[in-house]
Amino acid sequence: MSHESTYKPGTAVEKWIDDRMPIVRLAYDSFVDFPTPKNLNYWYTFGGILAICLVVQILTGVILAMHYTPHVDHAFDSVEHIMRDVNYGWLMRYVHANGASMFFLAVYLHMFRGLYYGSYKEPREVLWILGVVIFLLMMATAFMGYVLPWGQMSYWGATVITNLFSAVPVIGNDIRTLLWGGFSVDNATLNRFFSLHFLLPFAITGVVILHIWALHVPGNNNPTGVEVKNVKKDTLPFHPYYTVKDAFAIAIFLVLFAGFVFFAPNALGHPDNYIEANPLSTPAHIVPEWYFLPFYAILRAITFDIGPISSKLGGVIAMFASILVLFVLPWLDTSKVRSMRYRPVAKMFFAVFVVVSLALGWLGGQPAEGAYVIWSQICTLYYFAFFLVVLPVLGITETPSTLPKSISEAVTKVAPKLEATGSAGSAAAQPAE
Amino acid sequence: MSATTEAQTEEPTRRDFIHLLAGSVAAVGGAGLVVPLVHQMNPAASVLALSTKEVDLSAIEVGQAIKVFWQGKPVFIRRRSESEIEESTKTPVSALPDGIARNENDASLEATDEARVTGADGVARPEWLIVVGVCTHLGCIPLGTAQGEVKGDYNGWFCPCHGSHYDSAGRIRKGPAPENLAVPPYSFLSDTVVKIG
Repeated sequence: MSHESTYKPGTAVEKWIDDRMPIVRLAYDSFVDFPTPKNLNYWYTFGGILAICLVVQILTGVILAMHYTPHVDHAFDSVEHIMRDVNYGWLMRYVHANGASMFFLAVYLHMFRGLYYGSYKEPREVLWILGVVIFLLMMATAFMGYVLPWGQMSYWGATVITNLFSAVPVIGNDIRTLLWGGFSVDNATLNRFFSLHFLLPFAITGVVILHIWALHVPGNNNPTGVEVKNVKKDTLPFHPYYTVKDAFAIAIFLVLFAGFVFFAPNALGHPDNYIEANPLSTPAHIVPEWYFLPFYAILRAITFDIGPISSKLGGVIAMFASILVLFVLPWLDTSKVRSMRYRPVAKMFFAVFVVVSLALGWLGGQPAEGAYVIWSQICTLYYFAFFLVVLPVLGITETPSTLPKSISEAVTKVAPKLEATGSAGSAAAQPAE
Repeated sequence: MSATTEAQTEEPTRRDFIHLLAGSVAAVGGAGLVVPLVHQMNPAASVLALSTKEVDLSAIEVGQAIKVFWQGKPVFIRRRSESEIEESTKTPVSALPDGIARNENDASLEATDEARVTGADGVARPEWLIVVGVCTHLGCIPLGTAQGEVKGDYNGWFCPCHGSHYDSAGRIRKGPAPENLAVPPYSFLSDTVVKIG
């Protein structure tokens, strides 16, 4: 949260720099002596994990770009060249490809965390909206990156997704031609996707900086959803308490990451992408990467026309709306209580929402026929109802359970005896006090 | 002193005028810059130069179909049999999900069989059906051109991606695709050579 700077330049050199550009002071106040709620659990470590993911993707991505050729005649071969000939090229590519999956895994957990603890609510609306912007940029980046190896799934995935834009009335086909730079997904398309795939991560970095800025004005939310009332009692300095906690979580996360990279590097990919792109033959079953499957299921769930809106346009609208609804979430949820820990009814609807999201992910990977379509429709209905009906109504009808008076009270009341019997026990439990 | 009072009245000053003029010029200039920045994304001259293709049809037997590559997409050319033509001609336009011919040679036509086989010269050649082989749903290549491939429930094409069925005139009959397969602009240069594009 915004707080008085506690930075004291230790040397004459630091003092000299601080007078001219207080960048060390900024870093110190943001990441060392930043007052952080003392009750953050491991769900709050995904911000740090995501920062690592971004660094890993940019680092491996810049290296891969040194060996990759963005031309339809050479792209597929240059990826094989990276895999077979470039020193440690296989490592760079597997880390980059699995890194995308790890990035999305972490971002989804980060978002569910925000949903559960009401981190999008006043005064953190801008913080949340910037997060949704990052998520959109991530999706665009990942989609374009998947096209670059120029395999069958790259080509046909790009064809299906760019064709979504032709659903726009009147100018749809012109938009599609503009995106393609030709009359189909071709060399011009591959080139521009490469250019944008290189650019967008830096745009993400920029928005991440804004995201952290917007976080540091109100400060972290916490599992109780109760604001910090007494900085001395309710918070701990970010360093060393949360640098160490985050580092531990990052280490665990990297174990999982390394497990994929070294033992199952293609488990999350699709074998068809090891066949070079062929514009004359469509694979029998086009599926996007796992992290797009819930949205793909929503796209395909709209199989009926709604008035003048064709099923194709309806599916596209539903898919984009499923993400855009997150932008207005802070104003849809009418409850004053942030954390669902104290919302017994909302908690249950949230649990169903998580199950429905996972179900949509599974359904997105199934063929669009029979019972799969009906289940996709039911889940899509619940997905939207959760945001547009459940959260607005529950805020009015639900009786929340009693909130703790402060973060400090929530943390200390679990051991009332220790607190009552003497200072030794409580001092050990709360080193910051 | 008097200048200050003058500025406070409603009368615009020379400075206001300069601000307005400079601002407008900057805005128009900025808007003008958008044109090249966006238009560079459209197909380049080298791409457009490859936009027509001549095809020799003499080797295609009745009942056979071929795929040719045009503008990065497959074009299906089918030499239809009498029974296929008859089957398609009998279908009333009212039975079609998409009643528009989708024929780039004449955009005004209804989706009758005749309208689907009309070239740029306005002549219908029922024997030759020429359509862009891209499903109008999400752009997959429908099956049914090569021998032995599934032709769908209407003896035309079947798209394996999301299950669209097209009839022997390339018109959508069943499934999620919203439009008939597009008929590209084409003209017959002789009885056996057609120029597509």
